[in-house]
Amino acid sequence: MIENRPGLNLLAHATLILGVCIVALPVWVAFVASTHGPTDFMSGTIPMWPGPHLVENYSQMLGAGVSTSGTPPVGTMMFNSLIMALSIAIGKIAISILSAFAVVYFRFPFRGLAFWCIFVTLMLPVEVRIVPTFQVVADLGLLNSYAGLSIPLIASATATFLFRQVFLTIPDELTEAARIDGAGPMKFFRDILLPLSRTNIAALFVILFIYGWNQYLWPLLITTSSDYYTIVAGIKRMADAVDGLPQWHLVMATAMLAMLPPVAVVVGMQRLFVKGLVETEK
Amino acid sequence: MASITLDNLGKVYPGGTRAVGGVNIDIADGEFIVLVGPSGCGKSTLLRMVAGLESISEGEVRIGDRVVNKIEPADRDIAMVFQNYALYPHMSVRQNLAYGLKNRKTPKADIEKRVAQASEILQIGPFLDRKPAALSGGQRQRVAMGRAIVREPAAFLFDEPLSNLDAKLRVAMRLEIKELQKRLRTTSLYVTHDQLEAMTLADRLVVLNGGQVEQIGTPLDVYRKPASAFVASFIGSPAMNLISASAVPHLPGTAHAGQIGIRPEDLTVTPDGPIAMNVLAVEELGAQRLVHGQTGGERITITLPSDAPLSDSMNLSYRPDALHLFDKDNGKRMD
Ligand SMILES: Nc1ncnc2c1ncn2[C@@H]1O[C@H](COP(=O)(O)OP(=O)(O)O)[C@@H](O)[C@H]1O
Ligand SMILES: [Mg+2]
Repeated sequence: MIENRPGLNLLAHATLILGVCIVALPVWVAFVASTHGPTDFMSGTIPMWPGPHLVENYSQMLGAGVSTSGTPPVGTMMFNSLIMALSIAIGKIAISILSAFAVVYFRFPFRGLAFWCIFVTLMLPVEVRIVPTFQVVADLGLLNSYAGLSIPLIASATATFLFRQVFLTIPDELTEAARIDGAGPMKFFRDILLPLSRTNIAALFVILFIYGWNQYLWPLLITTSSDYYTIVAGIKRMADAVDGLPQWHLVMATAMLAMLPPVAVVVGMQRLFVKGLVETEK
Repeated sequence: MASITLDNLGKVYPGGTRAVGGVNIDIADGEFIVLVGPSGCGKSTLLRMVAGLESISEGEVRIGDRVVNKIEPADRDIAMVFQNYALYPHMSVRQNLAYGLKNRKTPKADIEKRVAQASEILQIGPFLDRKPAALSGGQRQRVAMGRAIVREPAAFLFDEPLSNLDAKLRVAMRLEIKELQKRLRTTSLYVTHDQLEAMTLADRLVVLNGGQVEQIGTPLDVYRKPASAFVASFIGSPAMNLISASAVPHLPGTAHAGQIGIRPEDLTVTPDGPIAMNVLAVEELGAQRLVHGQTGGERITITLPSDAPLSDSMNLSYRPDALHLFDKDNGKRMD
């Protein structure tokens, strides 16, 4: 529908701007807080404009970290989060694209059963199976390790379905042409399916990276050594410092830093991301 | 290059649908065979069994003197052109042409030479570095043919390659395919539901009906001596008039026939002709006009020159040898 009435345009823009403000306000508050000194929050009023301590706060977080809360420097936690988010995103994509490939293109015994097993895992996100999963991971000796952080989160029915859907839109004749052209299954996968799913992979990567980056409960549960703290769980640990007041200015500075990688991923992959979500024709 | 033999070929799909049965065709080396028939008669199934894309339930396919029933499509030495072109959308035209050769480990210089040759023959040189999405339908069709040509296969298989093109382009491409095949002399098996396309392209026609061969012959043979009422009604445009013999009992020599066929162009208007027709409608085609009418409760069509006089009822006559008689029980030709 194409409407061309100035009143409507104005209304639409006002709505959008309002929405942006509502989303942006907490971010702004966090940013402002991260630029003030430790005492500025005692007064009871939250400052709305940036203060003079920006460089100081951020350099402290990037350098030494907060000794009182027992968290390592932000750099270490960011690195842990990055490893975890990347392993989850890449792992999920790799496994789900291969399982979708198997389900769509191969007629193997119990194919229907395999498909339903994948389907059932939709109903079992980490939060639901967290105790048994913890048990398994602990028994395997994977507490405090990158493998323990990421592997239990990798299986993904959603991504498998997405790729299945993508593969189903690829015309049969293309598959047959490739067969006649002498492309075996894996060659077909590499030369035809992967390039054709490129934008979908990118879109999924963005979503899964953020999913992995924002994991909170699981890392909180299975990391006891500060070497493996992730940033999102680390913020929580900083905020409930035992012997003293939470140092909000530093917590907020960390929160700001924690936002940067997801933002970078979204901005960097925006073009592919949007294409992957809206493109339907192959 | 090679001959192709279909020996008592049959296909039953899982679920029990019989798509093709008892098909015997001998295709000579270099011959252009067209499989023609109405939609759903099993043409694609037959072609796909030759290509190896569909398993063979009964009988045998031989390419050259090799039985290929269990051989992978890639190893049958055939190339196929699909209706929707099936070009790889993410590859340039050049890569599309080269892909099959690359998979066969053809030396690079050889690939380049063949791609250059094919693109010269098909005049797709200017598009070699474009993606298929940036080509028109006709250009995509050429690329699809190019992909078949570069392989230098023993046989080309075409599945309705022109049906996605507009009418004008279809006629032009039809001619190009014909010329190309004459030039390369590659054995070709071509599927279409369009009888005109079939007539113009084929060295020999195979008319299929319900998964069975109704007739095999040169286009003119099939046109002149259709083996059954089905073939008679399918080949030729406008279609042959088929009237039940009981509607015109006074015609000589038709006593045992079930149906009588006569082509619209074989009927002439004469004042004392034996068939009386009431005119129902007239279609002007420019060079000629089609007159539709009725005789004894049966529809009948004749073609007349565009300047022929028209009236509401006409008497028609015909040469005796223009009459086709078909059997009451099985619809087969009676002479
Ligand atoms: N994969 C399939 N499974 C079951 N039946 C099929 C399949 N493909 C085609 N058929 C049936 O086989 C018959 C012939 O189909 P097809 O060869 O595609 O006809 P055509 O190409 O002449 O239009 C049709 O009745 C069709 O419904
Ligand atoms: Mg077909």
